[in-house]
Amino acid sequence: MRAMDKNRLIVAAGAVALGIILQLLIWNGTLNAYYAQVLTMMSIFVIMATSLNLINGITGQFSLGHAGFAAVGGYFSAIITTRLQLPLPAPMIFTISLLVGGLIAALAGFLIGLPTLRLKGDYLAIATLGFGEIIRVLFLNWKYVGAAAGMWGIPGYTNFIWAYMLAVLTVIFIVHFMNSSHGRACISIREDEIAAETMGINTTKYKVMAFTFGAFFAGVGGAVLGHLIRLLHPATFSMTFSVEILLMVVLGGLGSITGSISAAILLTFVSEALRKFNELRMVIYALMLIGIMLFRPQGLFGRKEFSLDLLTDSRFMFKSSKNRGA
Amino acid sequence: MAEFLQQLINGISLGSVYALVALGYTMVYGIVRLINFAHGDVYMVGAFAGYFAIKTFKLPFFAALVAAMAVCAILGVIMERIAYKPLRNAPRVAALMTAVGLSMFYQNFTIYRIGAQPKAFPKIAQVNWQFAGVTVSNSQVLILGTAIALMIILHFVVQHTKMGKAMRAVSQDRDAAMLMGINVDNTISFTFAIGSALAAAGGVLVGQYYGVVQPLMGALPGLKAFVAAVLGGIGIIPGAMIGGLILGVAEAGVSAVGFSTYRDAVAFGILILILIVKPAGILGKNVREKV
Repeated sequence: MRAMDKNRLIVAAGAVALGIILQLLIWNGTLNAYYAQVLTMMSIFVIMATSLNLINGITGQFSLGHAGFAAVGGYFSAIITTRLQLPLPAPMIFTISLLVGGLIAALAGFLIGLPTLRLKGDYLAIATLGFGEIIRVLFLNWKYVGAAAGMWGIPGYTNFIWAYMLAVLTVIFIVHFMNSSHGRACISIREDEIAAETMGINTTKYKVMAFTFGAFFAGVGGAVLGHLIRLLHPATFSMTFSVEILLMVVLGGLGSITGSISAAILLTFVSEALRKFNELRMVIYALMLIGIMLFRPQGLFGRKEFSLDLLTDSRFMFKSSKNRGA
Repeated sequence: MAEFLQQLINGISLGSVYALVALGYTMVYGIVRLINFAHGDVYMVGAFAGYFAIKTFKLPFFAALVAAMAVCAILGVIMERIAYKPLRNAPRVAALMTAVGLSMFYQNFTIYRIGAQPKAFPKIAQVNWQFAGVTVSNSQVLILGTAIALMIILHFVVQHTKMGKAMRAVSQDRDAAMLMGINVDNTISFTFAIGSALAAAGGVLVGQYYGVVQPLMGALPGLKAFVAAVLGGIGIIPGAMIGGLILGVAEAGVSAVGFSTYRDAVAFGILILILIVKPAGILGKNVREKV
C-alpha cells in the first residue's frame, strides 16, 4: 500500500513536471506555435479518450455518441463566452464556460442514458450513434448558434497549459473513480451484469452514472476544442469524430486508462505526421487501423495498466489490473 | 391527396433502395453478428462500378447493373477473407473498428483515385407518366421493379437452395452447422457476396435516379439502411424490406411537410423509438435472457 502511494506521488509529480517543462519550452520558443497546437490537441484527445473509456472500457457499455456530448459542451460553452457579455476576467469566463458546457453535456448524457442504457451491446451502440446524429442535426438547425454556417468568433482562450491541466484533472478523477466503490460497481457490471445485479448492485444507476460522468468530460473536451479552433461547426462533431475517439480507446485497450492516454497521444501524432502525404493520408491511416486491429485486436495494452510498480517489482513491466475478466 | 400519393411514391422508390442496402446489413449481422460499417461504402463502390461500366465500357444499363453487382460480390468476399475472418473469435469491438477502418479506406481511396468531385451518372431517357395528378418517372419504376425482382431472387436463394439452407443454419448456430458438415467459411463468404451485390445494385439504381455519384455518397445512406435493418428486426430478411420502405416513406413525408433539414434526424428518431419500445424490431422476437 505504501509503495503504491509513493508511486502515485511520483506519477503526479512527473505529470506536473512534464507540464511545466513543456510550457517553458513553448514560452522560450523551442517548441513553436505548431507544436504547441499539436500538444494541445493531444491533451484534448486524452480528455475525450479517457472519458469514453469510462463508459466503454470500465463500465462495458458501448457508446458511439461521444461526439454529440462534445458538441453540446462546445456549443454551450461558446454561448457563454460569445453571446453573454460577462463582466469578468477572461480566465474566469473560460472556467465558467467549461463548467457550464460540461454540466449541460452531463445533463444530456443523463437524459439520453436513462432510456437507452436498457439496451445492450450493438443496440446501445446504434442508439447512442443515433442520439449523436440527432444532436448534430439540432445544432445544424439552431439559428442562434449559426446553424449550418457554424459558430464564428469564439475567443481563443485555450492554450497548452489549460488543456494539459484539464487532461490531468480528468485522468485523476477517472482513476480515482475507478478505484472507488462506485468504480468497482461499474467494473462488476462490465464483467457480468446479471451477477452484479444479483449481488445487489443497482446496475441502471451505475450505468447512468458512468454515462453522465463520461458525457461531462466529453463536454469539457468539446468546450476546450471549441476555444482552440475558434469555430464550431456541426460537421466537426459527426460520427467520424466519435469513431476517432472510440478508435483511441480500442487501440489503447478497453478499460486501460494508460492505454487510452498513450493511444490518444500516438494517434494525434500519427495523424499530424501523415500530413505531408496529403490525399494519401487518410488511406494510410485507414490501412494502419485495419492492420493494428488484425494483429492486436485486444488493443496495445489489453486491460493492463502501465505502472511504476516495475520499480518495486521488477519481474513485470505491466501490472495486471486487479479486475481481469474471465 | 395527390400530393400525399406523390410523396408515397417517392418514398417507396427511395425506401426500396434502403431496403436493398439493409438486406446486406441484416444478412451479414444475422450470420456473423457484425455491424458491417463498410457496407454503405460497398454501395458507393457499386455505384462507381456502374458508372465506369456505362461510361468507359459502354455497357447498356442492365449489363452495367450486373457488372457492378459482380464487382462488389468479389469485393465483399475479399473484404471478408482479409479483414473479418481473422477476427471471428476476437473481441467484437475489434471487428467493428476494422469495419470502420475499411469504410475510411474505401472512401479515401476513392477520393485519392477518382477525386472528391461528384461525377454525372449517365441517366436513361426520362419518361414520365401521369396518373390522377401523380407523376411517376420511369427511373422510379426501374428502382422499384429491380428491387422487387432482386428480393424475389434473394427469397428463392435463401429459402429454396442448398446454400440458402446452409446460410440459415449458420445464422442459427454456427458450431452445430459446422458439425453437420456445412462449410461455414464458404457460407459466410457467400453471404458477404450476396449482401455486397445487393448494395451495388442499390448504388447503381440511386446513381441513375439522382444522376450523381460521389465518394462519400455511401456514408449516410449506409447508416440509414442500417436503421432500416434494425427497424425491421436485424437478422430477419423480410424485416429489412419493411424497415427500408417505412424509412423511405417517413423521410419523404418529413421533407414534404417542409422539415427537410430534419430529415436525417427523423431516421434516427425512429430508430431510438423502436429500440426503446421494441428493441428486437418490428418482426423480431424477444429473446429471453438466460444466465
